[in-house]
Amino acid sequence: MEQSRVRTARDEANSPSSKVVHFGADKPLKLGSGSILSPFQVAYQTAGTLNADRSNAILICHALTGDQHATNEHPVTGKPGWWEMLVGPGKPVDTDRFFVICSNVIGGCMGSSGPATIDPATGRAYGLNFPVITIGDMVRAQAMLVDHLGIDKLFAVVGGSMGGMQVLEWARSFSERVRLAIPIATGARHTAQNIAFHEVGRQAVMADPDWCGGSYIEQGRHPGKGLAVARMGAHITYLSEAALHRKFGRNLQDRNSVTFGFDADFQIESYLRHQGFTFVDRFDANSYLYLTRAMDYFDLAAEHNGRLADAFKDSKTRFCVVSFTSDWLFPTGESRMIVHALNAAGASVSFVEIETDRGHDAFLLDEPEFHGAVRGFINAAARQLGLVQ
Amino acid sequence: MSVNTEPRIDLRVIADLIRPGSRVLDVGSGDGELLDLLAREKQVDGRGLEISQRGVNESVARGLPVIQGDADSDLSYYPDKGFDYVILSQTLQATRNPKLVLNELLRIGDRAIVSFPNFGHWRVRLSLLLKGRMPVTKDLPYSWYDTPNIHFCTIRDFVALCDEVGAKVESAAAMDASGKKIGLSMPWWFWNFFGQQAIFLLRR
Repeated sequence: MEQSRVRTARDEANSPSSKVVHFGADKPLKLGSGSILSPFQVAYQTAGTLNADRSNAILICHALTGDQHATNEHPVTGKPGWWEMLVGPGKPVDTDRFFVICSNVIGGCMGSSGPATIDPATGRAYGLNFPVITIGDMVRAQAMLVDHLGIDKLFAVVGGSMGGMQVLEWARSFSERVRLAIPIATGARHTAQNIAFHEVGRQAVMADPDWCGGSYIEQGRHPGKGLAVARMGAHITYLSEAALHRKFGRNLQDRNSVTFGFDADFQIESYLRHQGFTFVDRFDANSYLYLTRAMDYFDLAAEHNGRLADAFKDSKTRFCVVSFTSDWLFPTGESRMIVHALNAAGASVSFVEIETDRGHDAFLLDEPEFHGAVRGFINAAARQLGLVQ
Repeated sequence: MSVNTEPRIDLRVIADLIRPGSRVLDVGSGDGELLDLLAREKQVDGRGLEISQRGVNESVARGLPVIQGDADSDLSYYPDKGFDYVILSQTLQATRNPKLVLNELLRIGDRAIVSFPNFGHWRVRLSLLLKGRMPVTKDLPYSWYDTPNIHFCTIRDFVALCDEVGAKVESAAAMDASGKKIGLSMPWWFWNFFGQQAIFLLRR
């Protein structure tokens, strides 16, 4: 790791450079597992200005390896915010008009309570003593943050992938507090294939001797190799075959012929190794276990006797569901299932299937049709609902 | 053709059939013109189903809840009698299975409104008779090999289909080439010959 970096991931996990709210013993977080997390903290960022009647707040929910730094330079990597394509001044989610909130999920590692946080009861990092959390727990923690900010009703909740799961959970659990819900490239449940990929990632982390049964922080170790392999595997699922072929093909990396060895001969190998190595500098291995688990456990219909429509019964929220044609991690069919359930529930729903060959990651990229749909949906609703600027 | 901002004449006729404040599903909603008209003038709770991305995006930007999907495959997911009216405007002839689609409309809606171009119109008949080739007219501008309209029918064909699926015709209208309604007193053969567009209000 470069010494020049002012903040390390470990610093951020405990004392984030972003805003942070502490919930004391009087405000425990009741978890889906039955456990209680208390005290705990939620790290978050805001952009834009909250209007006088507090009606212009938009909550952004991040994906598995995202964080609260959607629109600002990342404190560890120095890279631009992960959703600056979609969120910012003059962007589809326009911070000149809306007050945008983005918090690090519970179980994450950028300042909200998670396995890398110091447990106040022991003075040591939680590690595997951190309770297993669910998508519902993340959303309940966000609701407490929204309460803390004095906001009763969110104008919109927006998120892709795991963020989209949170959007659906918000719409189900706090329907009356959400005017617009925009779940993107997501599903109402994790499929067997989704769980399978996550399990491979977790096994890679746990097979690293430096993982130390989860207590690597206390032992001064870092399971970077296992976490990098997990990231490499996952990264393939975020792209499409067509996109990989277009970007890399069978091109060789800085050489004219194969070396008859196991060096990174191909550009795709070199690219994946780079993705893996850079990831481990900013992400906590145990967090990766917890967050993938939370996604695996997500199944909205299961809590309504298998009837997804019942999850959205009497919902007044307006939905705009977005999927991408080449996304094979959360295929369009998963989004259609959500749309059909919303229809059956009589909810107001729009559905846009964006034609692209960029796979699951398309929601983070420059996709004009996608951005146009989000912009149009938000602006039309702001007009119709008489949003005061 | 002159450029005007008035809605298409058949949309006007459809709008007049709709009770204010009702729940409406527009199947093949295009850019949302009809739903927009119905929301403004009839205060309906409207939904759309549209196959093209462009149409869906334009509708969403108008604040209309529209789903990207296909009438042939996606209607089965709508619950029984979820809407007061289900509209199929200028889309029937482009479906793969018009009979199935018509049945679905009558299942989902209390009433169905179907509008379509009449292939029995005299110009179409004359064109085939004289030229011996599939008609290409101003209103039906595609060649046979690239047309999305794979299931053309005449007004009489449609009436027969309604009989077959047990649909009752509550009212019907046909318009001539100038967009004028053909008198109600006229017999079916007259409609079928001079009607360029037909609009049916059905229920089961």
